[in-house]
Amino acid sequence: MTFETGVFYFFSTVLLLSATAVITIRNPVQSALFLVLSFFTASGIWMMLEAEFLAITLVLVYVGAVMVLFLFVVMMLDINLARLREGFWSYLPLGGLIALLLVVEMILVLGSRNFGLDHFSQPVAHGPGYSNTAELGMQLYTTYVYPFELAAVILLVAIVAAITLTMRRRRGTKYQNPGQQIHVDRSTRLRIVKMDVEKSPPVTEAKG
Amino acid sequence: MNFELPNLMPMLPEMALLGMICFILIADLFIRDENRSVTFVMSQIAVAITAVCILGTSGPSVSLFGDMFTRDAMADILKLMICLSVEIMFVYSSSYLKTRNLFRGEYFVLTLFAMLGMMVLISAGHFLTLYLGLELMALSFYAMIALDRDNARATEAAMKYFVLGALASGLLLYGMSMLYGVTGSLDIAKVASVIDSGQVTEGAPLLFGLVFVVAGLAFKIGAVPFHMWIPDVYEGAPTPVALFIGTAPKFAAFAFFMRLLIGGLHGLVADWQQMLVIMAVLSILVGNVTAIAQTNFKRMLAYSTIAHMGFVLLGILSGSIAGYSAAMYYMAVYVIMSLGAFGMILLLARAGFESDMLEDFKGLNQRNPWYAFMLLLVMFAMAGIPPTVGFYAKLAVLQAALQAGYVWLTVLAVLLSVIGAFYYLRIVKLMYFDEPKQIAPIAPRVDVRLVMSLNGLAMLVLGLMPQSLMSLCTYSIMHSF
Repeated sequence: MTFETGVFYFFSTVLLLSATAVITIRNPVQSALFLVLSFFTASGIWMMLEAEFLAITLVLVYVGAVMVLFLFVVMMLDINLARLREGFWSYLPLGGLIALLLVVEMILVLGSRNFGLDHFSQPVAHGPGYSNTAELGMQLYTTYVYPFELAAVILLVAIVAAITLTMRRRRGTKYQNPGQQIHVDRSTRLRIVKMDVEKSPPVTEAKG
Repeated sequence: MNFELPNLMPMLPEMALLGMICFILIADLFIRDENRSVTFVMSQIAVAITAVCILGTSGPSVSLFGDMFTRDAMADILKLMICLSVEIMFVYSSSYLKTRNLFRGEYFVLTLFAMLGMMVLISAGHFLTLYLGLELMALSFYAMIALDRDNARATEAAMKYFVLGALASGLLLYGMSMLYGVTGSLDIAKVASVIDSGQVTEGAPLLFGLVFVVAGLAFKIGAVPFHMWIPDVYEGAPTPVALFIGTAPKFAAFAFFMRLLIGGLHGLVADWQQMLVIMAVLSILVGNVTAIAQTNFKRMLAYSTIAHMGFVLLGILSGSIAGYSAAMYYMAVYVIMSLGAFGMILLLARAGFESDMLEDFKGLNQRNPWYAFMLLLVMFAMAGIPPTVGFYAKLAVLQAALQAGYVWLTVLAVLLSVIGAFYYLRIVKLMYFDEPKQIAPIAPRVDVRLVMSLNGLAMLVLGLMPQSLMSLCTYSIMHSF
């Protein structure tokens, strides 16, 4: 066993264990943290496949942005765990059956019989001067420029849709207008009222 | 590496449309609410310019960026049909949108984005662009359904469609990834050549990939057993959005079937034929029988859509040029019928009144004989009664299925469509023989009147001259596959 195989098995074991923990553990915050761990190990495996850019992006985007956001949401929302678990046993037979079917199907399809080394040649490792990021950039902006632009359009749709569905101008909401607040002079803030000096009211004795 | 930017002229319609969408998106910010019609007119002009670009750039088949963008006769004709149906949708929907505070720039921009997605999907020759086009279209739809946010039903419909749509996309991608694993390419033409060359010895991954892809496709056109979303979405969505979802995307779905199953997986025709037979029978059965029990017109149309999609599958599964042309013809006819039926709901709707229940159509003849006659033509066409065009569409599809040797399937389809005729004729009965419940006058705008009349009469004219549209479909299929 070479050093690389050892590293691969290490990452894979941690990945599988943490992924199992994500769906079995009861505390949502711990579950999210285990997801972070599985992202890290997955990015390690990608690194070994010489896909450095994707490995770094996975950590930056998923761990750095998505999961942090997710943790915020989990912490801010008061998730009722008892309600989430409701109906688990009634859904189990159907869900279990589908899961079993998927596992059988994956064994049938993904086994080494179909995708083993005798069907596909072993990929050759790239030399030291090879830059995965540069290659990816070249491909994205030349061969794949059309789908790349389409993905950009999809993001634009997402922006338009998100704004349309969430922004509303409510009538009668109380909000402050800073421009109006600053644009004041003495006359609008302070009113001086001339009053006569008042006499204190005569103290009347309480009649018993 | 060597990369030469190809001549982008064949992509002009898509690029022009995207440019105009961006322009409308920004220009709309500077338009006051009371002048929103300007956006509306700009959107209509954008669709018209796109159609002109499609006509202007038509020619022999071209592929750009590998095969990611394919422009052929089928793509051109389907795109033109989409432009036409979007234009008609705009005309029908404007007054409904105005009375429900949905007459907003976003509605038009999202419509155009969905249209762009359909055009990308129709021209896709690569799994990547197929998927991206599909998502562009679907994402715009999810947002459009939920546009009327305070309506709980619309939100629920959008949520259902979103979850099920995501599931279907997952199935599709899973299938595509298996096909990629086996053939080593995402390019549909290369996938086809690898399968045809017989290099793939182990059939299991190929077959599983096919199953998942077909399931994803079936979801998109709403064939049984992947039809659950259709009734809820049709009923819950604002009627113009339901009209849109029920019409133009059907062309895109047809192209999707053609590109994937016939363009890419033609080597597995024996396998997918069996799957399509099951789905076609179930769709025609479930659609026609369940539609009888509906009291909501939109829901009834949803089940009728499911039945019609079964007929389209009948054409595709016959596996011949005649069958594909018949399926395309059926799809085009279905879209015209659907435009008419939904258009009539929009025409009768007014502020605070949806006019989407069957009883709302009672005595339409007494209120306005001309529109009752138009709806009668549409209903006759949907039922497949000659001399309306629906008859010829059914005839062409059934002929193709007969020639492919599916006698029992043809007999079953005819029997079930006789059952289906009941609920179409029930509308006719309600319109002509019942007393009206609504007495409000029907006074649509001039353009709606004109388009509705043309739409209804098209049922008759196309039915009397079925060859013109049919030869167009045959021509486009012949020159593309």
